Formats: sequence, structure tokens, C-alpha cells
Amino acid sequence: MYGKGLRPLSIATVVAIAAAFSLVFFYAPLDADQGFIQKIFYLHVPLAITALIGFVVGGVFAILHLRSGDRRWDAYSYVSIHMSVIFGVAVLITGGIWAKASWGHWWVWDEPTLVSFLIVFLMYATYYPFRYAIEDPERQARYASVFAVTAGAFVPLNFMAVRMAESLVHPRTFATANGGLPGEMMFTFLGCLTAIALLWVTLVKLELTAKSASGQLKRLRRALDAPAPGAGSRIAPEVS
Amino acid sequence: MMDFLPLAAPALPLDEAGKYVAGAYIVFLVLIVVYVSIMAAKLQRIERELRELAGFAENRANGEEASAEREEVSA
Repeated sequence: MYGKGLRPLSIATVVAIAAAFSLVFFYAPLDADQGFIQKIFYLHVPLAITALIGFVVGGVFAILHLRSGDRRWDAYSYVSIHMSVIFGVAVLITGGIWAKASWGHWWVWDEPTLVSFLIVFLMYATYYPFRYAIEDPERQARYASVFAVTAGAFVPLNFMAVRMAESLVHPRTFATANGGLPGEMMFTFLGCLTAIALLWVTLVKLELTAKSASGQLKRLRRALDAPAPGAGSRIAPEVS
Repeated sequence: MMDFLPLAAPALPLDEAGKYVAGAYIVFLVLIVVYVSIMAAKLQRIERELRELAGFAENRANGEEASAEREEVSA
């Protein structure tokens, strides 16, 4: 069910990423201030935006689960958060590399943008042990949804607080009029954002397909009363 | 802090900046490849288990058929 349309989506994602990265290296002009190192911007910022929106999307799915009691929404919420955490790892690593090249330091603790993202990331890192800790599947799904809603509401609040805070070194790229980017850079950035968002959607769909297949296999095994050769995922919600 | 974190840091020369840019993009691609590999392994395991389950169901169906035939003969 979830695998439907996965192949064209995957092809579209690969094409979009190839096109976006081509724009980065062959179309976007060099930044007058940072030079070639600014090319990391086209990867780092779309990853961060997609990860943060993914966390909020996970919260929206959690609301739908709490309202309807349908476990499918819990699975969507779980997979959205899971994928955003993986994207968050990429944000922290690429950001560290950029910081080292630009500022000479891998990390700056005085910078609100960096620390706030780390707080959000660590908060969502606790989602897994929180979920694992609850044995009963119904309670697990309900408590995880409450967590996802609360944390999802924190993400935009945190973002707004950071925008209002005084920045030390981290640039406020979209704070000025017209986004603060020349047209070619903005076009490249939007291309990268689309490609990364498409990647997120594709990976979420892939993960849901695998979980759905795994869940159906378990049900089939139970129906046949066959012995299980190996333990499946204990925490991941079953998707039907 | 501002003393050693100048806001207007001079742009790195291409040979120096190149390794950082390459590093960032390679990290991203490696993460994606690792994730997709894990998912591929997971899907292979599901496929293997499904084959085992199909074999189990076939054996059980054959066994039931054979026992039904034995019952018919003894009756």
C-alpha cells in the first residue's frame, strides 16, 4: 500500500538532487564574503528547514492519532520524527564543517541558532528511549503522540525566539528584504530546498513501506501460528 | 569571543575551502547511502522471512492433505 508510487518518487528525488547540486556548483555565483565555502549553505540550510518542518509534521500526525485513535497516524508521526532526527544529524555535521571553515571552530556555545538546534535535536533524541520504555502498544502510541505534539509546538516557538535573539556570528540569511539573497542564489537555494524536501518524503515513504511489510508479515505469522526466526522491531509501530 | 571570531572573515582560498565543501557533501551522501543500505537489508530480511513462511504454509497444507487421505483409506 505504502510502496505504491515509490519508484517514480525515488527517480524524481535522484533527478532533483542531481539538478540542485548542479545548480550549486555550476550556476550559483560565488559569495563575495565567504567565497566557495558558502556552497555548504545550499545543503546545510535546506536540511535544517526540512528537519524542523518534519518535527512539526510529526506533531500534526500525532494530533490526528490522538483525535482518531488510528494507529496509522502514530506510525506516520514516528517515521516523520525518525527521519527528521537523521536529517538533524546531517545538519549538525554539515554545520560543524561550515563553522570550522568559516569561524575556525567546530562549535560555538554562545550562538543561539546552534545551541537551540542542538536542544531541539537532543529533545527528539529522547523520543526513542521514551517510546521504548513503554511496553503496552496502545499506551506507547498515546504517550509518544503527546510527546510529539508538545515537542512539535516547541519547535516554532524556539525558532521565533532565536530569530528575536541577538546573533553573535551565525547569519540571519532571510531576515532582510527580499530574503537577502540575489536571484540566482535564491533560485539555487529553492531548488535545493525542494530536492531535500523530496528526499525526506521519499525516505518517509520507504520507511513506511518497510514497516507495513514487516507488520503484515507478523500478522501472517500469527495467523499461521508459525515460529518466528528472529525478533522484529519491538518499538516501531506496526503499519497496516 | 569576538576577538577570535571575526564577523567579516576573509574567504578561504579554493584549495582550502574545497576540502570542507567536499567533506560536507560527502557526509550527506554517506548518510543517505548508509540509511538506504540499512533499509535494503531490512527489506531483504522481510523477503526471506516471507519465503520461509510460504514454505511453512505449503508444508502444512501438504501435511493436512496427506492426513485427510490416510483417514479416508482407514475409513
